[in-house]
Amino acid sequence: MSAAFVRMETLPPRAAPFAATGLWGWFARRLFATPADIAMTIIGFAAFVLVAMPLFRFLVFDAIWTGKDRDACLNAAGACWPFVAAKLNQFVYGFYPYEELWRPNLVFFVGALLLIPLLIPSAPFKRFNAFLFFGIYPVAGFVLLTGGNLDPQRFLLGRFVRIPEFIDLSAIARFIGVSGHVELGSRGGFRGTFWIDFIASAILLTGAVAIIARLFGTRFVTSLKAMAIVFVSLALIIAPVDADFGLRWVETREWGGLLVTLVVAITGIVAALPIGVLLALGRRSQMRLVRWTSIVFIEFWRGVPLITVLFFATYMLPLFLPGGASIERLVRALIGVALFSGAYMAEVVRGGLAAVPKHQYESAAALGLGYWKTMGLIVLPQALTHVIPGIVNNFIGLFKDTTLVQIVAILDLLGQVRSAFSDPNWSSPTTLYTGFAFAGMIYFVFCFAMSRYSLFLEHRAGSNALRVEGAMR
Amino acid sequence: MTDVPVRREKLKSSWIFRPGVRSAVIQILLVALVVLIGWFIYRTTRQNIITQRIPIGFDFFWIESGFSISQTLISFNENNTYARAFLVGLLNTLFVSALGVLFATVIGFLVGIGRLSQNWIIARLCGGYVELIRNLPLLFQILFWYLAVLAALPGPRQSFTFFGDIFINNRGILMPKPMFGDGIGIVAAVAAAGILLSIVMTALARRYRVQTGTALKTWPFSLLLIVVAPLFVFFFLKVGVTVDRPELKGFNFNGGLRIIPEFLALLIALSTYTAGFIAEIVRAGILAVPRGQTEAARALGLRRSKLLQLVVVPQAMRVIVPPLTSQYLNLFKNSSLAVSIGYPDLVSVFAGTTLNNTGQAIEILGITMLVYLVISLVISFVMNIYNRRIALRER
Amino acid sequence: MKRSTILFSLALTFASAGAAQAATLDDIKARGSILCGVSGGLAGFAQPDDKGNWNGIDVDFCRALAAAIFNDPTKVKFLPLTAKDRFTALQSREVDLLSRNTTWTSSRDTQLGFNFAGVIYYDAQGFMVRKSAKVSSALELSNTTVCTQSGTTTQLNLADYFRSNNMKYEAVVFNTADEVIKAYESGRCDVFTTDVSQIYAERLKLAKPDEHMILPELISKEPLGPLVRHGDDQWFDIVKWTLFAMLNAEEYDISQKTLEQRLKSDRPDVKRLLGIEGNYGEQFGLTNDWIVRIIRHVGNYGEIYDRNVGEGSRLKIDRGLNKLWNKGGIQYAPPVR
Repeated sequence: MSAAFVRMETLPPRAAPFAATGLWGWFARRLFATPADIAMTIIGFAAFVLVAMPLFRFLVFDAIWTGKDRDACLNAAGACWPFVAAKLNQFVYGFYPYEELWRPNLVFFVGALLLIPLLIPSAPFKRFNAFLFFGIYPVAGFVLLTGGNLDPQRFLLGRFVRIPEFIDLSAIARFIGVSGHVELGSRGGFRGTFWIDFIASAILLTGAVAIIARLFGTRFVTSLKAMAIVFVSLALIIAPVDADFGLRWVETREWGGLLVTLVVAITGIVAALPIGVLLALGRRSQMRLVRWTSIVFIEFWRGVPLITVLFFATYMLPLFLPGGASIERLVRALIGVALFSGAYMAEVVRGGLAAVPKHQYESAAALGLGYWKTMGLIVLPQALTHVIPGIVNNFIGLFKDTTLVQIVAILDLLGQVRSAFSDPNWSSPTTLYTGFAFAGMIYFVFCFAMSRYSLFLEHRAGSNALRVEGAMR
Repeated sequence: MTDVPVRREKLKSSWIFRPGVRSAVIQILLVALVVLIGWFIYRTTRQNIITQRIPIGFDFFWIESGFSISQTLISFNENNTYARAFLVGLLNTLFVSALGVLFATVIGFLVGIGRLSQNWIIARLCGGYVELIRNLPLLFQILFWYLAVLAALPGPRQSFTFFGDIFINNRGILMPKPMFGDGIGIVAAVAAAGILLSIVMTALARRYRVQTGTALKTWPFSLLLIVVAPLFVFFFLKVGVTVDRPELKGFNFNGGLRIIPEFLALLIALSTYTAGFIAEIVRAGILAVPRGQTEAARALGLRRSKLLQLVVVPQAMRVIVPPLTSQYLNLFKNSSLAVSIGYPDLVSVFAGTTLNNTGQAIEILGITMLVYLVISLVISFVMNIYNRRIALRER
Repeated sequence: MKRSTILFSLALTFASAGAAQAATLDDIKARGSILCGVSGGLAGFAQPDDKGNWNGIDVDFCRALAAAIFNDPTKVKFLPLTAKDRFTALQSREVDLLSRNTTWTSSRDTQLGFNFAGVIYYDAQGFMVRKSAKVSSALELSNTTVCTQSGTTTQLNLADYFRSNNMKYEAVVFNTADEVIKAYESGRCDVFTTDVSQIYAERLKLAKPDEHMILPELISKEPLGPLVRHGDDQWFDIVKWTLFAMLNAEEYDISQKTLEQRLKSDRPDVKRLLGIEGNYGEQFGLTNDWIVRIIRHVGNYGEIYDRNVGEGSRLKIDRGLNKLWNKGGIQYAPPVR
């Protein structure tokens, strides 16, 4: 028996100290913990108010919302929005002909329509959707934006021998309505010389490749199939580009604004993907020369600034081309951007490749798969899924970097805004700030949305599940 | 169970199927392709150069440039050669990059640590800064600082004046420049020797601490070596100092030290932009330090500042340094955007004005790209060595 | 430019390397239009209006070429080029000619490999300052900041002038004319310098043009003219003589108004000029009525001057040196015969 008193039940928990709970507790912990904290809170709040209030007043309260020319804004203390309204077409399309604006609009609209379900992980028909977006859309977009009707004259063989034109394809094309819109400056299309050349070259090349591949043990049927796929898809790309749909030709130098920004960024990233995959595979290759070629290529483009790449594309590339051949300025810049972002993409893809476990390779080898099948069916699908956030981040960088094309006289969104500053009809004290505010908002919305999307993907992949929050606290 | 008869194909053993042969063939094809492309480019370029009568060679380097440059670290005038113009541009690039790296690192670390602050408003402000800066193109920010902020400053006659001698206007910032008399070289040499000695001393003290566990106080000796000794020499040799004050004369200020707005805009934009990225790296690095480390340090009774300095930051640095390197490289390469606001960097002076005046695109762009490439490689080499030194050594 | 080149040049031109280069005139005829490199937006010389129609003396010169070749002044495409990339564009055959207020200098002939077809505008470099600066001569510009464009003779002349007069200055150099004038307007510089014709044009872009004045000193000779690549003499001749034809036409009083009447003229020199006598046009590879086409569609030199930079324009620049030689100027064309 013990006389000692033993409490048999747990005491009810005492209420937390007043200063640790509720709104007040939050204030005490997060804003006024120490004297230094109080000072920082006050300074921080003051800084926020000092920046945010004038900005808000400039953008909304003091802004001018209506007007026809600079007279409306001469005494303004806030943004001159009529300036943006008047120049909006230029900011978005550059000098794209006014009556043809439905074409870029259609391209924007269809692009958004295809892209949004592609970005939503749970949307159905992913494969078909991706095929539409990466396969059909670029060709359709090219034809719509430029007008198509490139009317190629020769393919490969035609450069060495004269091709007889024994079928008048263009007559058939005219009959269907995809050639000969003379009133719109048609150059014809579906020339017999080109397509006969194409078919003859295709047959010859296929035969040659099949014979050589046979020497290396590939079966005839396999190489025939592969080559057939290559040439049929090539034909499917060239045919719509050759056709004359009665669209007026709009030269790329008439493009500008957001249109150019998007074209450069999207073409850059789409072209960078295959380049990057090849380079990344090359860099991990067992073959020394292949590896070193890839390394030199990658490190060269990554070691120089984009500006010099654009200068290279503008001033040096023409010298590399045979006399008479010339490429439009925008296309030259696109080549430079593609090579540049291809090298960066290679490093992203390499990270993904490194993350594929070794047993995957070994299992593939055990199944008897060759190099390309291992890569194409087993490794790359896993590696690329891994690096989607990296690719999106790459795209954000490229999107921001497109502003550099204005230095080689291609007017992107920022370039158009900047050139609008020197329009005397709109020169007012706040024109400049309005232009910056407008361009800044557009860039911010695009980049912010994309970076949030990339974060969302990362969280979804759970790749950073082990976040150690508050290690500092 | 019956044995299923295995159909055995005859093993092909032709030499053609050996992996070694295959890889040799592929590599030969690759080399052939590279050579073919190179040869094609060489041939067309040569033909273009001949038909267009473009001069080739590097003789243009020794021609008098005939133009002037607004900011030069070494003296330059119209009589100097293009070679010297190249050097001026290169130095300007390195100068703005070096300062940019310094400021970007400082701002980046402050903001990155600030984002993890307990103080809600500071954390939010730092987060907002990072989001805003990272989601706007750098060129946009450079132009913004140049056209919207610095160009809006008043003209020289209406300058903002601070302390009577510092002027801020749309021509830049002017401040008094100290002019030292003879013998300043000796003072500088003494100071340099002092810095060198203190580094050696610190290293020795560190080794001593590692071996014995006793920390030695070195900073008073460093102070003596770096500050007091040069000052002593300065007064002993009676070097003397005069101040060259900026003075408004006619259109502009004369004398003094002037920081041109192009430089200022570029420096501000480069540092703040890169700082946004460094902040994210620092934050991720700190978060990567396991919580147990912080808790253990606290249990040892370390103060918050000591905790950061001795436990968290050294471990975080291992995660921080590799991406930090690529940010430094980016900053260096991004300094070429100077050309958009007329700051005379390498691209602007050499790949711009010199290219225009001589028309020798191949040589000039080739050299420009090579310079960036070499310096990039040097920076990543140095940072790799540093990274190796701080990397975790398995014991 | 062949449309197909865009898609195929990179992949497929390997085989055609080294193929002989066709004559420029044949290229132009095959293409159906002239590619003319012009300034990106310089009032009076080459500037697109809101609808994208180009105006200016440089533009009209290219139209005259199109008129001579195709009898249709619209068969010309204008390619706006910056001062920086104009030469590369001509060298790389991106354009058939540059008609882009370019100064004729010896090194551009020799080092860059171009032929100047003549002088369409005798210009000179000058200075613009704010009236509030109270300066009346360029010699008072010591210790100033000067805004100028990179890659132009302007930058070099500026250096020469201040150096020879022992004046201190700071040059701030930009890539495009727009950036230069914007920097001057914002107060970054005290002085704006370029060719006087261009100063007149750029001044129109300022918010308050009346607050700025052009100083009387002219510090250089700037003969501006169209230029072509070395190595195609036929094309060089056509460009050169199109300019001379317009000058000759003015001298013989052949204008858009008087053309029909002058076609009936008995004067042998007029008859030669208008292709009624002789086959001078065919000698160029054109038709004999080429000058008639030029005058009918575009006009003579005096007309395009007045329309674009002279009294009939917003610039209102006095003709000065650009008067014909027999009217006190130095514009002089060799005879057609």
